[in-house]
Amino acid sequence: MILMKDVHKTYANGVVALSGINVDIKQGEFVYIVGPSGAGKSTFIRLMFREVKPSNGTIRINDINVNDLKERKVPYLRRNIGVVYQDFKLLPKLSVYENVAFALEVIEESPAVIRKRVMEVLDLVGLKNKARFLPDELSGGEQQRVSIARAIVNHPKIVIADEPTGNLDPETSREIMKIFEEINDRGTTILMATHSKEIVNTFRKRVIAIEDGLIVRDEHRGDYGYES
Amino acid sequence: MRHIREGFKNIGRNGWMTIASVGAVTTTLILVGAFLALMLNLNEMADNIEDDVQIDAMIEQTADEEQIQNLGNEIEKINGVQSAVFSSKDDQLNSLIDSMGENGQAWQMFEQDNPLNHVFVVKTADPQDTAPVAKQINELQGIQSVNYGQGVVEKLFEFNSYARTIGLVLILGLVFTAIFLISNTIKITIMARSKEIGIMKLVGATNGFIRWPFFIEGLLLGVLGSIIPVAIILTGYYYLVNNISQHINYSFIEILPFNPFAFQLALIIVAIGALIGVWGSVMSVRKFLKV
Ligand SMILES: Nc1ncnc2c1ncn2[C@@H]1O[C@H](COP(=O)(O)OP(=O)(O)O)[C@@H](O)[C@H]1O
Ligand SMILES: [Mg+2]
Repeated sequence: MILMKDVHKTYANGVVALSGINVDIKQGEFVYIVGPSGAGKSTFIRLMFREVKPSNGTIRINDINVNDLKERKVPYLRRNIGVVYQDFKLLPKLSVYENVAFALEVIEESPAVIRKRVMEVLDLVGLKNKARFLPDELSGGEQQRVSIARAIVNHPKIVIADEPTGNLDPETSREIMKIFEEINDRGTTILMATHSKEIVNTFRKRVIAIEDGLIVRDEHRGDYGYES
Repeated sequence: MRHIREGFKNIGRNGWMTIASVGAVTTTLILVGAFLALMLNLNEMADNIEDDVQIDAMIEQTADEEQIQNLGNEIEKINGVQSAVFSSKDDQLNSLIDSMGENGQAWQMFEQDNPLNHVFVVKTADPQDTAPVAKQINELQGIQSVNYGQGVVEKLFEFNSYARTIGLVLILGLVFTAIFLISNTIKITIMARSKEIGIMKLVGATNGFIRWPFFIEGLLLGVLGSIIPVAIILTGYYYLVNNISQHINYSFIEILPFNPFAFQLALIIVAIGALIGVWGSVMSVRKFLKV
């Protein structure tokens, strides 16, 4: 499903973010990426949907070679990967419904499909009754649920989240984690970079620890392993 | 459909920049229109004159009928001559009086004692041969002088080419200014929508899909900028044809008719406006959209 072989990433300014990553992630797995700040977690995540290109090594996702994927095919790769960020990235002038529908409109899905799918995912994240609200009228946890709904509305096989609970309190974080688990239960692969010891130790999953651009630990049902 | 809607929205959003760039396109196109109207008319006039060139070969007063006959034969033998038609001094006076219109009355007093010469009106097959042929005729025995509007055609062509160069430089400068302003307007739109564009990329919108609204915005700015110039050209040219042309009596000044010329010109103006707009947006999209 996700396969990385000897992946290196050196940014244009000479910073070496990753220096030899090897991973194999199967369909349906739930994986945490942990490690100190600046370790290369975000870089690792952004390689998946070609937000950055590796300097060396190969990345395969669903048997697609991401390295030498043509520019004009990148959008189709991204349609199979939902992305959730720490800062939600919602459009402030659009309602909850419109923010989620936006993801389908810009890939030119038909209006009937859009209506059906948006209502489905809003139901899943528990925001059906707030479809008309603007992002500003929601709590942080609710805003993150909107962005999760947007990430999964096209039924991607993989959902990638970069510190999705970074801006949320522990109680809200747990609610968000339950939603991710529910999505994972439906067979979606989930990759989540996180700083939260509490979450990693409560919701036990596979843990990949990165330090200085290298994988230093990879264990199933692992713990956070750092003092937070 | 969505792209067109988004394009219109963009225009509404950037109020002042939209007005500035539409204004630049408008100014540019008014000048382009005036320049084109002038150039195309001058070209047409030059063509007309070229077609009209003839050599008036004036026959010496002393020549008798036989000599005139011989002269005619000799002229027709010259290389490049198409026709040589005899015109008596009375014909000459009559056509002079006609061409002067009201002022011609004064010349009628000469009818009794006509000071003009008999003339051979010579046409060459190729207007370019006019000068050398005239020179040869002038050397014939019995010809007093030749008259073929020496240099007028050349001068008009020379004027045309100066006018064209100056006009083109001026207009290219204006066109590039307009393109620059449009590309700046689009740049502002792109900046203002960077978050939206980022999300579009994230969820897998194709580059073409992302670019379209900006092309449409550029196209609209260009076409909006052509509205006033088109109105000015149509009304202006209408008045020109109907008023000014009546006061000009020179036979070779004949301006192109309103229909279809003004409509063709209007179409060209809209097309140039659209081109400026699309070009401006392409520049900006290439530089700032990075998709
Ligand atoms: N776009 C970039 N250009 C240059 N250097 C970058 C860029 N993004 C990240 N880095 C650098 O790469 C290293 C890894 O960063 P990142 O992947 O964001 O780590 P993490 O998410 O684990 O904090 C850091 O040293 C960071 O400064
Ligand atoms: Mg990070």
